[in-house]
Amino acid sequence: MALTTEERRRLEDKAHELRLLSVDTVAWAGSGHVGGSMSAMDIMTILYHKYMRVDPKDPAKPDRDRFILSKGHVGVGYAPLLADLGYFDKELLREYNHTGSPLGMHLDSNKVRGVEASTGSLGHGLAIGLGMALGARLRGEAWKTFVLLGDGECDEGAVWESAMAAAHFKATNLITVVDRNHCMIDGPTEDVMALEPFADKWRAFGFEVIEADGHDFDALASAIERAMAATERPAVIIADTIKGCGIDFIAGDYKWHYGGFDAEKLAKAKESLGLYHESRLAKGAER
Amino acid sequence: MSGLTFTMLDTAKMSTAEIYGQALCELGDEHPEIVGLSADLAKSTKIGAFGEKFPDRFFNVGIAEQNMFGMAAGLAKAGLVPYVSTFAIFTAMRGLDQVHTDICYQNLDVKMIATHAGLSFGQAGTTHHCTEDIAIMRSMANLTVVVPADGVETALAVRAAYERKGPVYIRINRGFDQVVYDGPDYGFELGKAVTMREGTDLTIVACGSTVWRAVEAAAMLEKSDGLKVRVLNMHTIKPIDAEAIERAVKETRRIITVEDHSVVGGLGGAVAEVAAGTGKSFSFKRLGVPDCFSIIGLHEDLLAHYGIDENGIAAAVREMMGKDFEADDDWEDEV
Ligand SMILES: Cc1ncc(C[n+]2csc(CCOP(=O)(O)OP(=O)(O)O)c2C)c(N)n1
Repeated sequence: MALTTEERRRLEDKAHELRLLSVDTVAWAGSGHVGGSMSAMDIMTILYHKYMRVDPKDPAKPDRDRFILSKGHVGVGYAPLLADLGYFDKELLREYNHTGSPLGMHLDSNKVRGVEASTGSLGHGLAIGLGMALGARLRGEAWKTFVLLGDGECDEGAVWESAMAAAHFKATNLITVVDRNHCMIDGPTEDVMALEPFADKWRAFGFEVIEADGHDFDALASAIERAMAATERPAVIIADTIKGCGIDFIAGDYKWHYGGFDAEKLAKAKESLGLYHESRLAKGAER
Repeated sequence: MSGLTFTMLDTAKMSTAEIYGQALCELGDEHPEIVGLSADLAKSTKIGAFGEKFPDRFFNVGIAEQNMFGMAAGLAKAGLVPYVSTFAIFTAMRGLDQVHTDICYQNLDVKMIATHAGLSFGQAGTTHHCTEDIAIMRSMANLTVVVPADGVETALAVRAAYERKGPVYIRINRGFDQVVYDGPDYGFELGKAVTMREGTDLTIVACGSTVWRAVEAAAMLEKSDGLKVRVLNMHTIKPIDAEAIERAVKETRRIITVEDHSVVGGLGGAVAEVAAGTGKSFSFKRLGVPDCFSIIGLHEDLLAHYGIDENGIAAAVREMMGKDFEADDDWEDEV
């Protein structure tokens, strides 16, 4: 079902709020993976705020949907979302990266409430997610597993081992999303290690491929609904995104994979996020 | 050694990995058969400097470590000398099957320069700490394992790795290291420990970032307690300098090992294996990360937390000096 205007507005507001909290977190932490946090924020927002059934008061609830942040380096994007949902106190974000804090660059399921797997070593998430999905099916349980991959991460052979297995085992209760921001650390993905034809690769591995604009909530909503309805083949959503989305001086620049903000840059980033949010709202009003 | 110009003037302004990148560029000038590989960490590991200088001799394989180590094996079989760089954790673990079977077993000329080792990537969190690699890598037959103490020693090790035929693993940290050596002329030789301080009361065996800290602790203890503590920089973990360890057992009878690594199987394990073979009685203690996954924080803070900084080392020395070790009737006061 298409999003209502109010729903879209609510998601856009939430994503904006979380982007702001995320850049604050980067400043508190000293530095962080800001580019990939901004590109993934809309995807994570719509999953947690519309589709996933979770209960922050009971993070181990057996029938909760699972989310695995396979591109585990974007902790500064994910932690604000979890804190905002109430998994832990937002104040904890101020201690991000501090010695003894549970929050480091890569969020850790042993230390942080709400995190399902200790990721950070790229290429692990899809296998873990597939195991969870097959486990749910075996137990006759209805919860779904969502895995968010980076596009650079898809260089890892392990991703394709899991992809092959997901199709083989017809894991249609596993929903894979790729944050296709076209960037990795050492450059644009197509310069460092070409992924294209990327959708064809997934198709050839037996997936139903859904391509969507990863910064358009209407497009994301219909993509996720289609993926959740898959019955024959597991679905992957290739979400076309912009690394650093919403912050003009970093958007699209692979060099901003990881970085820090001084007071001046932080103010500029927030100002830019404000303008981005306004322009999105204006676009929405035209629909 | 020819062409090597790195001194403390460089280590003051370049991180250890940056020194590595520069040293590899120099070496690449001399030896056209050297090639470089990285897995989307060219910038982070600084092998990127080599890639910029010799773009035709550099392969960035994307985020695909297993492929990278397999390719390095193939390049070595084709007569080239690959230098391969990613983080230590992805060298010693992600790519290990390829490192084991393709590189070490076939005794190929592949040089693995692994960065962000030990607790040096402290804030990245536990999944990025690498406190198992020395144990893992030193169990590989044919492999030489080196843990340089600072940038100057790293440059020397990178060159020595070229001259030594067969696979070499060099483990360095993220960022800057304390300056241990002001220049390259202190007699670095693979497999030979460097005596940083002479002493007869106790020997501290250190490697990597703990060398500077052990020297500081020994200096402190001489001033405050009048102790004469020997400090060995055991930069080569394999092949280990057994003679230096045997001498330490015989002459000081008290040994403390200290490493930015788990106490299981690393430098401490290597030294214990040799020392136990002497048949002498001696006091022995391993300092390092206890058998646990580490907490998150700054490198300095984590070293202090696990008692592998100057203060932790000094405290361990005092404790050992306060105990008897010779066999006598009173077992209670023995170590
Ligand atoms: C196995 C492994 N190799 C290397 C790294 C280092 N690393 C962290 S992030 C990153 C780039 C990730 O690119 P991508 O998946 O596209 O993420 P995004 O651009 O969305 O941040 C790399 C190479 C890692 N974390 N894990």
